[in-house]
Amino acid sequence: MTEGGIKHRVESGRDLQALEKKGLELLYPGRPRIAVAMASCGRAAGSGRIYESIGDELERRGLDASLVPAGCPGLCSREPLVTVLEPGKARIYYSGVQPADAGPLVSALAGGEVYQKRALGAEVEDRLVVTGRQIDLGPPPGNLGLLADLDFYRPQVRLATRNCGCINPFSIHEYAARGGYRALAEALAGDPSGIIAEIKKSGLRGRGGAGFPTGLKWEITAGSGHDEKYIICNGDEGDPGAYMDRSILEGDPHSVLEGMIIGAYCMGARHGIIYVRAEYPLAIKTVGHAIAQARELGLLGENILNSGLSFDVEVVMGAGAFVCGEETALIASIEGHPGEPRPRPPYPARQGLWGKPTCINNVETLANIPLIAGRGGDWYAGLGTAGSRGTKVFALVGKVKNSGLVEVPMGTTIGDIVLGAGGGPDGGRKLKAVQTGGPSGGCIPASLVDLPVDYESLTGAGTIMGSGGMVVMDESVCMVDMARYFMTFAAGESCGKCTPCREGTAEILDILDRITQGGGRPEDLDTLDELSRVVKDASLCGLGQTATNPVLSTLRYFRSEYEAHIKDKHCPAGVCRNLTVYRINPELCIGCGLCAEECPGGAILGRDDQPRVISQESCTRCGACYRICPQEAIFFTGRGMPGA
Amino acid sequence: MPEMIINGLAVNFRSGETVLQAALAGGIHIPALCHHPGLGHFGSCRLCLVEILAGGRPGLAASCSLPASEDLVVETGTERVVRARRVVLGLLLARCPDAKPLLELAENLGAVKFTPRPGDPGCILCGRCVRACRAVGANVIGFAWRGRDRRVAVPFDQPPADCLGCRACEQVCPVNVIKVVEDRGRIRIFPWQSEIEMAYCRNCGAAIGPGVQAGRLQKRFPVEGPLSGLCPACRRRFQAALAGGLVIQPT
Amino acid sequence: MTGNEYTDIVKRHTSPNGRVLSILEEIQRKYRHLPEEALRAAAEELNLPLSQLYGVATFYTSFSLQPRGEHIIGVCHGTVCHVKGAARVTAELEKKLGVSEGGTTGDGKFTLESVKCLGCCSLAPVVSIDGSVHARVKPETVDELIKSAIPGGAPGD
Ligand SMILES: Cc1cc2nc3c(=O)[nH]c(=O)nc-3n(C[C@H](O)[C@H](O)[C@H](O)COP(=O)(O)O)c2cc1C
Ligand code: FES
Repeated sequence: MTEGGIKHRVESGRDLQALEKKGLELLYPGRPRIAVAMASCGRAAGSGRIYESIGDELERRGLDASLVPAGCPGLCSREPLVTVLEPGKARIYYSGVQPADAGPLVSALAGGEVYQKRALGAEVEDRLVVTGRQIDLGPPPGNLGLLADLDFYRPQVRLATRNCGCINPFSIHEYAARGGYRALAEALAGDPSGIIAEIKKSGLRGRGGAGFPTGLKWEITAGSGHDEKYIICNGDEGDPGAYMDRSILEGDPHSVLEGMIIGAYCMGARHGIIYVRAEYPLAIKTVGHAIAQARELGLLGENILNSGLSFDVEVVMGAGAFVCGEETALIASIEGHPGEPRPRPPYPARQGLWGKPTCINNVETLANIPLIAGRGGDWYAGLGTAGSRGTKVFALVGKVKNSGLVEVPMGTTIGDIVLGAGGGPDGGRKLKAVQTGGPSGGCIPASLVDLPVDYESLTGAGTIMGSGGMVVMDESVCMVDMARYFMTFAAGESCGKCTPCREGTAEILDILDRITQGGGRPEDLDTLDELSRVVKDASLCGLGQTATNPVLSTLRYFRSEYEAHIKDKHCPAGVCRNLTVYRINPELCIGCGLCAEECPGGAILGRDDQPRVISQESCTRCGACYRICPQEAIFFTGRGMPGA
Repeated sequence: MPEMIINGLAVNFRSGETVLQAALAGGIHIPALCHHPGLGHFGSCRLCLVEILAGGRPGLAASCSLPASEDLVVETGTERVVRARRVVLGLLLARCPDAKPLLELAENLGAVKFTPRPGDPGCILCGRCVRACRAVGANVIGFAWRGRDRRVAVPFDQPPADCLGCRACEQVCPVNVIKVVEDRGRIRIFPWQSEIEMAYCRNCGAAIGPGVQAGRLQKRFPVEGPLSGLCPACRRRFQAALAGGLVIQPT
Repeated sequence: MTGNEYTDIVKRHTSPNGRVLSILEEIQRKYRHLPEEALRAAAEELNLPLSQLYGVATFYTSFSLQPRGEHIIGVCHGTVCHVKGAARVTAELEKKLGVSEGGTTGDGKFTLESVKCLGCCSLAPVVSIDGSVHARVKPETVDELIKSAIPGGAPGD
């Protein structure tokens, strides 16, 4: 998917304008432009076939239109997503598109109409956040609302994800047309310390989890006198339930590259590395392509934009280890060792990769840099709260209606995100908890929906911002099982170097296993509490220091659920099989027999239209009957409960 | 000399020293297992915890890898330190219930009781042997696997061909699980199963050292002709004799 | 599989950054595991201790010392997939393939694995088959899924 067009080096602002002009012709081609969301999430939902079908249809009808892949616009649960832009008209978003829709969609397009069946919303203007410029597209069709008015998009301010879903990620021209590489050109004409000052003013804090002020990190690295320095983009994104970095790398790789080049200029780095986890093959491919393009145009390499800056970037692929997201483990991994953290200090900013000063930044952090460099620190600081400036991208996932990536100003409440953008739990159940920060974070109860999301508020509530995972849980989720899940994760991902993390997480996991299997003892809760605190206090790296947050937070907010497991041998959510007994209420059962058909173990007895009974000996407590029963005649109770 | 405060006392330190080093020099005892004065700091056992009260990020830190600095104020016996130390020691004991040095430490410091879950027999994974092998040996042992499966291993559990037999690993192990057996002109190091032939002086029969080591020396600093294969004492004597014009025929 | 083939792989990776990982990754991809002689040859060529490469080979989940199957079926066990029934998908696949998680079928055709979050949480539960991700997998239809994803690849045949 390489692009034709300008091949010579970009050396000046004028060359950049040429790049931009070509990009504008691609984005607004004077004929219909159809973009299919083809990030990993889109592909999983089948967008590859949609892309082909639409291509076939266009050809069959001889319709002249441009068909391009795009990144993910965020609303992943409605994928496959397709956008159609006709000259002088609003851009139409289609969701849940199936291969069979290709025909009617293309024929609607041929007739200049909207394909109502899959239409989601319209976009009447494009705002280029980097420059502040606005491009009017055209009036919306009469019978379709604006995309921006959908619950999902209403609270959003898309800065880091500004281009995801809009541009073809394989096109450097389209990136330039959205204002890309302008901030770089301006930055290179000025003084590095001036840019660092703007970043400090912006209040930007690292989006990788620790929230360290980015400007300060850059200043320290810049001040670490050495002729060789590195800048590393941390794309390890190992938190289960978080995928904003994947989406940016797949949807807008140049924004990260531009952030890195600006960083290289500010800090005097000659080498850049993007470390991407092995589970993200498409991100690796997209970024690799972007690097090659930038190199070809001279935006990477020697004497970038005639400024004297020389900088190049390479991709390093991880090999399956969550702990490699920790910065010293990441360095060990790049140097060819197991991903084992080492004590800090020395911090990487002074002594990092191969012993040289190294600045490590998260993907989303870097994607924000061109904006701040372009629009100024004050502009960015205008969003968010006093301690947490700007926006944050969250992966709003789990038991929620609208699931996907939402980017909101810091300080937006949990409720505005989960109930507002997310539309609340799917399937009509009640919201129980929201888990943020992945395996390093905690579960906040539904009662805290008014909590603003910023670094301090989340920490105060016993969880963390982390990288932005936000998993919504309804009443069908067992909090003890959740704690057990995260401890399984932590124990499996602990490198094993330090005692508390290696032995402590294993011990905690054993206790939680026992509790969920019905062997819980009254003293377990105190042991869990003490162990969790010590693992947090005494571990060597951030993994151990945060690994027990899921346990501590669930103990804090859902203690009674632990007690039910231990005392009553009862799992209120019906998740822990060993504790759960299924029964059929003979008064409600109509004898339809669906449950017997569904039961994998043949445990349901009775026939004809007689009420059924469950043989407790044969029942494996999988819950299949409970889920299928049309009469809600099947219920469960705890093994130790009266009547069980 | 700069000073810091440990347990309310001013303690001197040299620049570049850690809190643990400063404490030891100042006569303050801090228990430690993975630390060895001859090896770089590693920070894995987490027994040497101290609590930072001022001059750093408040909370617990491993003193073996915490640089001493002027405004640092730490305590070695706060409730938080004691609690953490007891848990850490308890976890190590659950792994190695029979390790004498741990039992002795537990007697002094106390340890929380956990269900025993023996790991790789007796090894506390402090990594001293690995670091010693890297520093003075041939780098034949290393950490393998991860999490609770982590262990010190020789690749593919095969006897390591390059082992020098230097016995550095044995010398630094704090729980004495590395054993060396000398037997009919060879030494065997367990659990690595290294087997090294000893080299003997061609003249007097005294042991020169492990054969691999002698071979390496010979390769690096060759001794030619009649002087090769001799122990240093015999070599010196023969060298003097040679200088005197004698022709010798070692037996 | 001569030592030379491994040496050639080593020589192709010239950047010092991530060199060991990328070499082992290529060997793993080609031979579906890291053969002992490959690690020995790589250590020699790179002039690194074998103990270091062995440490790397056993630390990262992308690598294995035992051969993996021709096709890798990875059930995502990220948080959302867990909450949305990944365990049931795994159980069904175990039954269909006749192996337990982490195992390889007798004919060397399939390896069933649990994988870390694939970042497609909104479409949970997801399963990756030879690297391509499939959305909203239902336990009842896993065999159809495998059949359609792997030509000629009916489990249990
Ligand atoms: C166990 C662990 C895993 C981490 N994983 C990631 C990750 O996947 N991505 C990331 O950017 N930062 C991760 N971090 C944080 C990094 O260590 C580091 O703080 C961050 O990359 C710095 O970039 P920032 O300042 O832009 O956030 C992790 C930290 C720990 C302790
Ligand atoms: S002696 Fe400090 S952590 Fe082991």
